[in-house]
Amino acid sequence: MDPTVSQTIPEVIRTVPLQYYVFFASALFAIGVTGVLVRRNAIIIFMCVELMLNAVNILLTAFSAYRADPNGQIFVFFIMAVAAAEVSVGLGIIVMIYRNFQTTDVNLLSRLKW
Amino acid sequence: MQETVLPGANAPFPTFLYVLIPLLPFLGFLLNGLLNRRLSGTAAGLIGSATVLGSFLISLTLFLNFQYQYTVQLFDWISVGSLQIPFQYQIDQLSLIMLLLVTGVGFLIHVYSIGYMHHDENVGKFFSFLNLFIFSMLLLVLGANFVILFIGWEGVGLCSYLLIGFWNKNTAYNNAAKKAFIINRVGDLGFLLGIFLIYLTFNSVQYAEVFQQASLGQFGNYGVGICTAITLLLFVGAMGKSAQLPLYTWLPDAMAGPTPVSALIHAATMVTAGIYMVLRANVLFTLSPETLQVVAIVGAATALFAATIGLAQNDIKKVLAYSTVSQLGYMFLALGVMGYSTALFHVLTHAFFKALMFLGAGSVIHAMSNEQDLRRMGGLRKALPITFLTFLIGCLAISGIPPFSGFFSKDEILAHAFEHNKVLWAMGLLTAFLTAFYMFRLLFLAFFGEFRGTAEQKHHLHESPASMTLPLIVLAILAAVGGFMGAPMFTGGHHYLAEYLAPIFTYSQRLMPKVFSSELDKGTELMLMGLSVAAGVLGIILAYVLYVARDQRPAEDEAQRSAPESLVYHKYYIDELYNNVITRPIMALSSGLYKFVENGVINPVVDVFGRAVNGGGQLLRYVQTGAVETYLILMVIGIVLILGLNFGRF
Repeated sequence: MDPTVSQTIPEVIRTVPLQYYVFFASALFAIGVTGVLVRRNAIIIFMCVELMLNAVNILLTAFSAYRADPNGQIFVFFIMAVAAAEVSVGLGIIVMIYRNFQTTDVNLLSRLKW
Repeated sequence: MQETVLPGANAPFPTFLYVLIPLLPFLGFLLNGLLNRRLSGTAAGLIGSATVLGSFLISLTLFLNFQYQYTVQLFDWISVGSLQIPFQYQIDQLSLIMLLLVTGVGFLIHVYSIGYMHHDENVGKFFSFLNLFIFSMLLLVLGANFVILFIGWEGVGLCSYLLIGFWNKNTAYNNAAKKAFIINRVGDLGFLLGIFLIYLTFNSVQYAEVFQQASLGQFGNYGVGICTAITLLLFVGAMGKSAQLPLYTWLPDAMAGPTPVSALIHAATMVTAGIYMVLRANVLFTLSPETLQVVAIVGAATALFAATIGLAQNDIKKVLAYSTVSQLGYMFLALGVMGYSTALFHVLTHAFFKALMFLGAGSVIHAMSNEQDLRRMGGLRKALPITFLTFLIGCLAISGIPPFSGFFSKDEILAHAFEHNKVLWAMGLLTAFLTAFYMFRLLFLAFFGEFRGTAEQKHHLHESPASMTLPLIVLAILAAVGGFMGAPMFTGGHHYLAEYLAPIFTYSQRLMPKVFSSELDKGTELMLMGLSVAAGVLGIILAYVLYVARDQRPAEDEAQRSAPESLVYHKYYIDELYNNVITRPIMALSSGLYKFVENGVINPVVDVFGRAVNGGGQLLRYVQTGAVETYLILMVIGIVLILGLNFGRF
């Protein structure tokens, strides 16, 4: 790491090493992927997608802080805004599915195959 | 002879007048074709006749005001690299005479058709095709280059096909139409190759340029021998269109069409297109004595061959058809012995008397309620006096009895042939005898003796309406006196036609001066004339003895015949020969190819591709499970693979 940059980073941040953030974010992302793959409930799948998004957000914030570059954190705001919009649309769809089928099981949609 | 060829000389009339000549019949075609069902038959006939009359009047104006040869440029048509084909009309003595012939005889036959086709349900269709034919024929004779000639050539072929098969509910008629079309294709291939060769040699297809270069001995990269190749190919085209041996078989079958069509297309105009084309290219033919020899031999052989078949035919139109083939042979004989203006003379007189006889035959068929068999006729002269008289004039004209028109032109052909080759002359003379015999056989069988038809037909017998008899009378007058436009010099007559046409043959005359000055003395010429008249009279007397004095009748179809009689009666089995030698093997080859190549090779190969795609789709469709998690797993595996392969280096 560049010494001049590392000197400007506050002590409170440097108490947790960067590798920890990377491991944590990777774990979070993996949990999200696994959840999306194995669960049937649309809402849980949705939450897992959010988990993956937030794993990425944490990584961005961590690198941004360690490199003293605010661009990463601005990018996080963008992601949160887009995710909020996406959540509202996604939840809307799920609500409609529930109203029609009284369930939010995604396998219901496999009726569209062939 | 003064040089009168002025390329690019200004036309004395505004261009639209020239455009109108073929355009008027074309408008008639459109009107009759588009309003087919809304026009009454008479209205359609009047439109058809009026447009042709308009063209005739314009042609007549041009003819009367004609002073020098010129071309009329309508527009640049094809302009690619060195290939320049303008859309031009050639106005000269030859095209003017053909214009008058096509529109004049065409008009008379249109008028005749109003009466003849009166009972038909598709009069509008008939007249639109007839007008389209006139349009194509006018393009054929007006064009100033071989390509426009070819358009007209194909156009008249198409109309011939359409009109032979006019009554298309009859399969036999449709087959006759197809036969005419296909045999003409054989000739057209030769013609087309000839045009290609002309372009290759002279780098142009314009008449003016081609003939000038040829007369100056400029043959591009070739020698004068190329003319033989070109003219032989052109002659193959003429053989198809003008029904010469061995491509004549379509013309007798073409009699399936309505009788006015037989008169207009298959006697007076279209079948003479081959002669017109040879006359146009007379310079090229003059340069190739070998081709001329071939033309003369084919012509004389066709004349004699077709005349012998005509002896034993019992269908009134078939007799006339074989007579037409025979007379066309005469014209080619004239061309082959370089009697160019004589050939056109015979084209004209033949157009008069053969159109007359076909229309007369049509009048007979009309009166007999569509009976065409001579064995069922007889004694018609009392019921159909005008038809009989005009038909008699036609028969006298074709038999070469002076002073009727056929005498002058036929005698001139025989005189030219005599100068050239005695064998060809003898064949021509024999043909003249046979012609007189079979024509008067037809006349005596149809118009003399007792009526042999049914009582119903006898009751129905009537002279045709005025719209049919008037054209007969006009044509009879032309057939009677038409010969005087070319009366032989030594009789004190004046050969107007030969003099008028002389500028067309300027180049040929310069190349072969001696052929154009007759060497025959007066005595020989008189002797030849006497012989040809004697042959005609002998034929008539023989026919009279057999069919009037002894009152013989042709045997029925199933009667026993001696071998030579049977041979002639069955038209030398030529149709059967072509059928067995050409049609059947081709059909066998086609069905063989169908069975083994199509079904055994092509279809299985194509099927393999079809089955492969189908089977692949069957397999791949299981990928679309519809289960979202499967897709997601595949997606994640894909992403991991991509990332792993891309960034897996560390």
